[in-house]
Amino acid sequence: MSEAVVQGTTAPVVVVRSGVVKRLLKNPLAVAALVLLVGTVLASVLAPVLATHDPNYGDLQTVLANPSAEHLLGTDSLGRDVFSRLLFASQITLAAAALAAVVAIAIGVPAGITAGYFGGLFDGSANWVTNMLMSLPGIIVLLAVRAATGPSVWISMLVFGVLLAPSFYRLTRTAVKSVRNELYVDAARVSGLSDTRIMSRHIFSVVRAPIIIQTANVAGVAIAIQSGLEFLGLGDPLVPTWGVMLSDAFRNVYLNPLLLLWPALAIAITTVCLAILGNALRDSLEDGQKIPKVRTTRAARTTAPVASAVSTDTATNAVADHLLVVDGLRVGYPQAGGGMKTVVDGVSLHVDRGEVLGIVGESGSGKSQTAFSVLGLLPEEAEILGGSITIGSTRTVTPGSRAVAQGRIASLRGKGIAYIPQEPMSNLDPAFTIGYQLVRPMVKVLGVSKAEAKKRALDLLATVGIANPQRTFDAYPHEISGGMAQRVLIAGAVSCEPDLLIADEPTTALDVTVQAEVLDLLRDLQKRLGMGMIIVTHNFGVVSDICDRVVVMKDGKLVEGGDVRTILRAPEHEYTRQLLASTLEGKEPMSMLTTGTRA
Amino acid sequence: MLIFLLRRLVAGVLLLFVISTITYVLLYFSSDGIAQNILGEFATPEQIALKQAELGLDQPLPVRYLEWLGGAITGDFGRSWFTSEPVVSALFNRLPVTLTIVIGALVIAAVLAALLGVAAAIKRGWVDRAVQLLSLAGDALPSFVVAIVLVTSLAIQARIFPATGFVPFAENPTLWLMSIALPITALVFQLVAQAAQQFRSAIIDVRRRDFVRTLRSRGLSEREVVFKHVLRSAAPAALTILSLQFVGLLGGSVIIEQIFALPGVGPLAVLSTTQGDIPIVMGVVVYTVVMVIIVNLVVDLVNGWLNPKVRVS
Repeated sequence: MSEAVVQGTTAPVVVVRSGVVKRLLKNPLAVAALVLLVGTVLASVLAPVLATHDPNYGDLQTVLANPSAEHLLGTDSLGRDVFSRLLFASQITLAAAALAAVVAIAIGVPAGITAGYFGGLFDGSANWVTNMLMSLPGIIVLLAVRAATGPSVWISMLVFGVLLAPSFYRLTRTAVKSVRNELYVDAARVSGLSDTRIMSRHIFSVVRAPIIIQTANVAGVAIAIQSGLEFLGLGDPLVPTWGVMLSDAFRNVYLNPLLLLWPALAIAITTVCLAILGNALRDSLEDGQKIPKVRTTRAARTTAPVASAVSTDTATNAVADHLLVVDGLRVGYPQAGGGMKTVVDGVSLHVDRGEVLGIVGESGSGKSQTAFSVLGLLPEEAEILGGSITIGSTRTVTPGSRAVAQGRIASLRGKGIAYIPQEPMSNLDPAFTIGYQLVRPMVKVLGVSKAEAKKRALDLLATVGIANPQRTFDAYPHEISGGMAQRVLIAGAVSCEPDLLIADEPTTALDVTVQAEVLDLLRDLQKRLGMGMIIVTHNFGVVSDICDRVVVMKDGKLVEGGDVRTILRAPEHEYTRQLLASTLEGKEPMSMLTTGTRA
Repeated sequence: MLIFLLRRLVAGVLLLFVISTITYVLLYFSSDGIAQNILGEFATPEQIALKQAELGLDQPLPVRYLEWLGGAITGDFGRSWFTSEPVVSALFNRLPVTLTIVIGALVIAAVLAALLGVAAAIKRGWVDRAVQLLSLAGDALPSFVVAIVLVTSLAIQARIFPATGFVPFAENPTLWLMSIALPITALVFQLVAQAAQQFRSAIIDVRRRDFVRTLRSRGLSEREVVFKHVLRSAAPAALTILSLQFVGLLGGSVIIEQIFALPGVGPLAVLSTTQGDIPIVMGVVVYTVVMVIIVNLVVDLVNGWLNPKVRVS
């Protein structure tokens, strides 16, 4: 299968497949399901050998008999042997379900490949037919078919196969569409392969796995609907299937409820096993990126003591009454391989009231992670590996704890500490008006009335420089511009007059002209409210504009820190110099400053 | 939004037309023995010919179809060949029962799926695995198997619920509730599975979004963030799944009504197909497609309400 023209492309597919089978066999639930299914299939194939009686021979002397040596599972209402009937019923039920699946694949997959590969008119009309078929209730259609053709499990499963074809069609079409424009398909085309060969070689290898999964699901659905139809008494009573047996048993439910058990069990086990298998298959396909949870937490525990040992020597400034003290903070993320990636590594800093601290670094330097640790807004998978954070008099991270104390930070949010995000548009809930998103936190945090909060919100919107506060107040986020959204977010952050404001790249996503205005606004608000402020940025221009002190981060560590003027004039660390040079390139006054210090 | 709804409506009417045409043509080929069936096996050939003429069975297919279509457009779907009851009144007499259990199941499933989805997405761990396994089983098990288990255990063995029958709400609310409890449970069990899964993954996804982090930073409680903001953004995807499943729900209700002997549309559908009562079969098919179209429209409207961005586009 894998002797393809473009080699690099089929190799990963093969790797994935062998890995999939291995992972599948590691899943005990999947193995159990597989064993049960294989057992059912074997029993049905060997029905003529295993059966003790003719499935349709009824002995009216022993009607509804209990299980005995003669009749392993008893007899039904016509004195037929339930065990033998069950075996033959499995044969027909499974074969009929297979028929439906085969028909669905035979129609759906070629149609999906054609539609996905060529698009155009065929794609359009096939989509229409698909939508139509999908809005048809299977049972009703099959009832109508039965009215037209009489009871036959084969005809109804044939028709049901057609009704199921859309699921394969959609699957294949999507897969083919995504692969079609891949480079290796182009390469194959350039190398002169015909469309048919490209489709059969490259594209089929992509849709193979999803088709197998879908087949498992579809077979289960086919068994369910087939049995349901027969349960209604619409099947052929002379052909033993699970549904027919169930129907007969249900009619005698008051006489012998045990009869229900066998066909119901057969249906339940088969359909559930098929679903489990399909699911497990999907899981093992996706499992490549999954993080083994248990191992990582253990890793975190072992690194924790080391971390605190490292942080003790830097824990000198913890005593003073700063607004914020971060001491030896370490943050890490569990990795797929089982290790831990440390993104913040022993960071210590502090902020005083009325002071603006800049945290500078490239993307990936850990500056935002530090900010989120202070805010208690780290993603769930992140872990605190060491250090402590104190805001005012509240310890939100105590040494040795592995997460931010959410209960403590929650009471600080809004009034004690607030946050201005980087990307304005994605930080407003699209489903609520701007006004609601401003009013609700004030009502909640400050305990003011709704009317009072609305008045304050309108004032705030005017303060942050929005021309028509009422209109913005009533607008939904998608109705305003990015610059306006950032002003709204700033208004929201300062609405409860916080002691400490953390702004994460507050100007990066904005136009250059708006950037300066937003910085001015931030500086004004900071002065007026006397807030402590942290500005996270990669831009030394922003730092020189607004900050009092600055710390520089690289690879999760602080490389240097101090008064802004000092750092700008005499950066000690090589990295700081590089950062300065890259941000201030071409800006006259500042580059004078830096070149002066270099000399 | 209005134009969007109108387009959906036109597409729905088109769908209705196509499906009813196909069904009618299909049924045409089965109408040979109908007169015999109605009159019984001792009817003379003259009587049969007379009956066929009376029912219009001697007419060619296009004439019969146009006649049916003409009537259908004006709301006249003819009469049952067997009971002479007008199709419309036969359906309307049975609709309340079917709608009660179908819509009841839909609403309960939506609420339950949201709660299960939230629990699985937030607690993760064993809660997550339990919900996943439960919805896997619920999805795979045919609802009639669940119904059979419920009937035999809770109704026939334990005698807590009535095994069969329907009591109108106006007659006795308690008995009404008892009579629909098991049918709805059986339907919900299957319905809730996929929607809960969808809620779960959507909630996990939405909880990672920027605006959720910002809302948290504003001092809103986790409960408010999850139930008001996250759930609202997560709901449309799950509701769409539910509306797709509604088609299967209508089919499932046919069997469920049969099991619990509820006087809904289901038994009518089964009886009319076994008899070959074409006017009733056509009526049931039209009713089903109309229901599917209505539910899809309602879900579109709800999604528009949940997500203001959809409203403008």
